Amino acid sequence: MMKRGLSLALCAALCGPAFAADAPVPADPALQAMDARIRALEADAQKLREQAAQALAEASAARSELEKMKAQQVAAPVTAPTPAADQQAAAVAAVSAPAEATGGPAGGANGNAFNPAIAVILNGQYAHHSENPNNYARAGFPVVPDTGPGPQGLSLGESEISLAANVDDKFYGQFTVSYHDDNGNVGTEIEEAYIDTLTLPDGFNVRAGRFFSNIGYLNSHHTHTDNFVDRPLAYQAFLGNQYGDDGAQVRWVAPTDTFLELGGEAFRGEDYPSGGANHSGVGAWTLFAHAGGDVGTENSWLAGLSMLKTRATDADDGFSGDSTLYLADGTWKWAPNGNTKDGGLSLRSELFFDKRDGTYSQPNEVFSDPLDPLTAPWVGDRRGAYLEAVYRLNRTRDVGYRYDKLWSANGSPFFADFDPQRHSLEATWRNSEFSFFRIQYSHDEPERNIVDNAWYLQYDVALGAHGAHKF
Amino acid sequence: MKRIASFAIFLFAFALNDAHALDVFACEPEWGSLVHELAGDKVDVDVGTTALQDVHVIEAKPSLIAKVRRADLVVCTGAELEVGWLPQLIRQAGNPKVQSGPGYFMASDQITTLEKPTALDRSMGDIHPAGNPHFQMDPYRILAIAKALDARLAELDPKNAAAYQQNLATFTTKWNEAIKRWEAKAAPLKGRKVVVHHWSWIYLDTWLGMEQIGALEPKPGLPPTSAHLASLVDLTKSSNTLAIIRAAYQDPKPGDWLSEHTGVPAVTLPFTVGGDEQSKDLFGLFDSTIDKLVAVAK
Repeated sequence: MMKRGLSLALCAALCGPAFAADAPVPADPALQAMDARIRALEADAQKLREQAAQALAEASAARSELEKMKAQQVAAPVTAPTPAADQQAAAVAAVSAPAEATGGPAGGANGNAFNPAIAVILNGQYAHHSENPNNYARAGFPVVPDTGPGPQGLSLGESEISLAANVDDKFYGQFTVSYHDDNGNVGTEIEEAYIDTLTLPDGFNVRAGRFFSNIGYLNSHHTHTDNFVDRPLAYQAFLGNQYGDDGAQVRWVAPTDTFLELGGEAFRGEDYPSGGANHSGVGAWTLFAHAGGDVGTENSWLAGLSMLKTRATDADDGFSGDSTLYLADGTWKWAPNGNTKDGGLSLRSELFFDKRDGTYSQPNEVFSDPLDPLTAPWVGDRRGAYLEAVYRLNRTRDVGYRYDKLWSANGSPFFADFDPQRHSLEATWRNSEFSFFRIQYSHDEPERNIVDNAWYLQYDVALGAHGAHKF
Repeated sequence: MKRIASFAIFLFAFALNDAHALDVFACEPEWGSLVHELAGDKVDVDVGTTALQDVHVIEAKPSLIAKVRRADLVVCTGAELEVGWLPQLIRQAGNPKVQSGPGYFMASDQITTLEKPTALDRSMGDIHPAGNPHFQMDPYRILAIAKALDARLAELDPKNAAAYQQNLATFTTKWNEAIKRWEAKAAPLKGRKVVVHHWSWIYLDTWLGMEQIGALEPKPGLPPTSAHLASLVDLTKSSNTLAIIRAAYQDPKPGDWLSEHTGVPAVTLPFTVGGDEQSKDLFGLFDSTIDKLVAVAK
């Protein structure tokens, strides 16, 4: 473009007087000479173009000749003339990528060639609860927003759009926006928006932005890759389904045969289980370690220990104070020949241990008088656990069972001498890697003498970019 | 305490001290075998998958992350065959050497592919925009990839460049000889028709002049259904079909069913190195493939 502009300008400067020379005005010999030279140059350029075109044509003719030779060689392998080496070399050349294409597909001049990979997750469900979800309460554990049994009847689940691409040679970026509807509390939310480093040496990675913490197993996994319709009770109670916040993460992968990653994160501390963005906006810290490997070709395992430390002010469950949550997670997958998508068993369990030292104040503004808030001490340990087993029958079907349990704390204002538990059964049918339908039955005992029998039907599909999921 | 620390440092140094010039991670066994042909004991090769696994749907297992973490070079098929797991491995491994550039070698970038779709829509199944990625069954493409891979090894490990060049020359001679042998042996396969399990055999078919008349999968990547299998019975019976072919990792049941209902033999081909007893390396892979097909052509 630049060049053409330049030559136009040149032309304007040079051709103008040259055309003028055609007029009866006596011609300037210098201009005439220049005109002749330009014409000569143009002719040269034209010739070069023709030569190039001819060369291209010859090249493509040679190419098809080579393909033909290859075909002939196949057609008459025995009677082929002896100098077959040339033909073989030609056949190899015929299937080699053209030199200019080596190193990956060229983007071309298309401005969209660098568009990020776009993935859309659509998900919806029908739920039938024997107990009214609006009256749902859990012994010893306040139900924080966005968790709990979910709405009765038909509803749209969490639908999200995710954009991801390498930013440049040093960074990768991902942006996920989700739409959710929690009992009429509709909203779009930036679920994730972070950058990752690509080129730090020695196994180091740094992530900055808004992201899901790498603690535990399920926490860093998007819910659409879960084996059940809803998150385990412990995730609901201790992490509000999934803990994500604004922050930074450092992660190191050891250069060992056995996978080992160590890391830590600092978060703003605005989101549950934290709140109030204390410590000048660095209100939550984590440490995590994960290890994993294979046993033969048919078994793989992953285990981890993590810690989340927060100082909260008016968290979503009304807690203010210091809390430390410890998590232990373990996953074991067995599949014939290691084909986990075609069969086999996957077992997972996570244990939660939560120490709190602080106070409770009614989170609902309606009741609290700022001068005399209703407060009570909240000190003690709470625990939670789940165990799930999913059996893959074949590429399209799996069935699973999950057991959930929570143990409340004596020193909690919500203390109850009953520990909530739940049994869930699921069956999933996958038409392809991009869509699945799930049916789930849950037998939930949130309080003494209260049982919520729930049935869920769920669909979940992924449009666009092919996801690459974590183990 | 001091003694423990120095012992730990010693152990760590020992773990890091590698006798090989390069650590190579190969996504599939055929590339592991090719690296072995070109580099011999100059490099240490970790192969991420086996011939009995479906490489379309491998999980980003921790063991694979650990392997990619230590690699100087990643050698994979490309053309989106590993799209569901390789990007995740590379992102999690934190190894800048294999993010891009010389340490990232995709075989598909070195050759032309067949069956590049003109329209992209997932209603057509799991199709690959960059063309059919199962090109390891074309010996000419193998040779083209060998040349590019050899240059890459020499670039990453210039000290041993002469050895790599020598190995490539030896391999090329042996391979060209083998191609002649295979082509002579496979002459009776020319013009014969096959029913395939998955769209894995276009390169073999094109090379040997065979023709694919149907597939057990109704669409690429979708498991065979009984209705679709039933629809193949008449076609398979009436076409003088040579065989129903499948890879070692694929479920034999659908092919066996069709075989029972048509009398056409179902043949399990190794598809990659390690797919059967004979396929100990790339030469064995092609020997076995052609032997098995010729055996049913008689």
